[in-house]
Amino acid sequence: MERQFLMGNEAVALGALHAGAARGAGYPGTPSSEILDVFNKLGGKAEWSPNEKVAAEVALGVSFAGVRAFTTMKHVGLNVAADVLFTAAYSGVDGALVFIVADDPGLASSQNEQDTRRYAVAAGVPLVEPSDSQEAYDFTRMAFEISERWKIPVIVKLTTRVCHSGTIVMPSKPVSDLPKAHFERNIPYHVMVPGHARPAHRRLRQKLAEIAEWNEKEGPNQKIQGSKELGILVSGVAYQHVREAAPEASVFKVGMSYPLPMRQMLDFSASVKRAVVIEENDPYMADAVRAAGGVVDSAPEMYRFGELDVGRVKRILAGDTTPEAVPPRGKPPQLCAGCPHTVTFEILKRHNCIVAGDIGCYTLAALQPLAAMDTQICMGASLGVGVGLRHVLPREEAKRVVSVIGDSTFVHSGLTGLAEMTYNVPPTGHVLLILDNATTAMTGQQEHPGTGRLLDHTPTNQLDYETVVRAMNVPNVGVFDPVRQPAEFEKALVEALEKDELTVLIVRRPCILAVARKGVKPAAQG
Amino acid sequence: MSDKITSIKIAGLGGMGVLTSTQILAEVFFRQGLDVKKAEVHGMSQRGGSICSDVRFGKKVFSPMIPAGEIDFLVLFQDDQLPLYEAECSPVTLIARPAAIDCTKLENKKTLNMAMLGLLSRHLPAPAEAWLKVIRETLPEKLHKVNEAAFELGRKSV
Repeated sequence: MERQFLMGNEAVALGALHAGAARGAGYPGTPSSEILDVFNKLGGKAEWSPNEKVAAEVALGVSFAGVRAFTTMKHVGLNVAADVLFTAAYSGVDGALVFIVADDPGLASSQNEQDTRRYAVAAGVPLVEPSDSQEAYDFTRMAFEISERWKIPVIVKLTTRVCHSGTIVMPSKPVSDLPKAHFERNIPYHVMVPGHARPAHRRLRQKLAEIAEWNEKEGPNQKIQGSKELGILVSGVAYQHVREAAPEASVFKVGMSYPLPMRQMLDFSASVKRAVVIEENDPYMADAVRAAGGVVDSAPEMYRFGELDVGRVKRILAGDTTPEAVPPRGKPPQLCAGCPHTVTFEILKRHNCIVAGDIGCYTLAALQPLAAMDTQICMGASLGVGVGLRHVLPREEAKRVVSVIGDSTFVHSGLTGLAEMTYNVPPTGHVLLILDNATTAMTGQQEHPGTGRLLDHTPTNQLDYETVVRAMNVPNVGVFDPVRQPAEFEKALVEALEKDELTVLIVRRPCILAVARKGVKPAAQG
Repeated sequence: MSDKITSIKIAGLGGMGVLTSTQILAEVFFRQGLDVKKAEVHGMSQRGGSICSDVRFGKKVFSPMIPAGEIDFLVLFQDDQLPLYEAECSPVTLIARPAAIDCTKLENKKTLNMAMLGLLSRHLPAPAEAWLKVIRETLPEKLHKVNEAAFELGRKSV
């Protein structure tokens, strides 16, 4: 095998391919989005699912057929898929099931900085943390092996910096002679009614105890002997920063962060004069070591926010809590010139609408100069939040509330919100705009059930928003092109705001980037 | 080769080709058998916002991110981005600015990124042919000529 220069996401895709994964399913989300596309280009079978929960269920189904499956998502996607994770931990799997979950410390492109290691503890599933592309490759392969050996889902936790950094990878020989898919009836293991789940929970804890023992003895952890004065316990990409910031220090690098190799961590801490835990996000390892009776220093609270780098690691080691220099602000991202969303939000602003927004490129409308979105929390929240506001606001304010959601987000989490809107109808009715630009634009123009094309862009069934909305008994439905018909669209919006009825307006105009990508406007740029 | 790591930061706005030039730069030194790391940001920042990426190469590279004060070359695709990175530069940081390129000679102004790579290449230990080979293998064929010309223009600029 030849050495390759790969981004972390590419290395995960190659690792899954070489591990013989039969199918990968996911929902796009920065920084995880490239994995499935690359897996598909390398010859793997990959799909975009409507959301992360469905993706995880598909992958679980594949693993129930006795073969290897994986699912990809960003950290907040695991909130959506958590229902699957917690009980798949009980049922276990037949083949293998790997959750690839990408955290975003520093919020390069996310709504929070949640730490996926907490999920591993809460659900009781093993978690490994690569620190570069080589480990992204190796640990992905190892995750399939662990999953298959103990019949348990395994999380590979990435971070933005691992996903989108390029480093050198030396691949190893792909697996061969994996079993073919076959369904083995096993009702007590596959049907999690209370009578089956009680013993399943005990089996889960037994597996975790065995995996903890394995992690102590042969887990992917690494000890680097250096100074007796300073020892650093570290995981993930922070390891790379540590080696550069403190080349003289002894290092214990944790590769499997749940269950932790606690005996080794305690021995290491005791073997040096000063032991310091360095980790991104939550003080997860530091808390665990202290709870186990270890004596360690850890980063002051201020380093819990944002990514670590070499400079911040040096500051942590020096116990420096003086304020950090605030980096100058660059030009913020904005809607592209000519983006159809701009027209829509200008109209909403003109009518002083209270906009319950959602997640996608159009969230940029909340920033200056438009400043035309009032709430944004999570995928699909525009509907519930908009309806909630309508229920309690005084009539004149309530009538200005509009929910705005993109096409991919609508399929992801808007369908149930629409059911809520048509079921618990607010006294003033409600207005929903579905901004259909025919792609998942923000994350790089991925397909979804509303585009009528599969992940590899080949045709499939297409979800018809108008029919869905009518089937939910919304009385007023309209479709407008915001660029060609701005006046008609504005008139329909004003009428909808005046009525005490439910209205859904589908604002349809393809993303200009997607149009350009399909060759209509070829870019000359290198 | 000494243990010295060479660290290059490329900065511009989303859409100017920062990621493509980073990929080409990293690939050139990967092919020389060196340890190479690159760090970049995708997603939200690409919507026309300020964007930068780091490339580091040498015998052994740990962090993919350049520590403050250790930038050897700062390559700017737009002059007004300098204040964002000035504090991370050192007195010996070499700053390559687009003003060094005679843009009237660029057949397509979107190839400024290749011209800036050409300018940078004058200071790095790889022959022009190594760069051109990677450029050809990275970009679609119809863009070869215009991008190679831009690279050559940059390489001749001072």
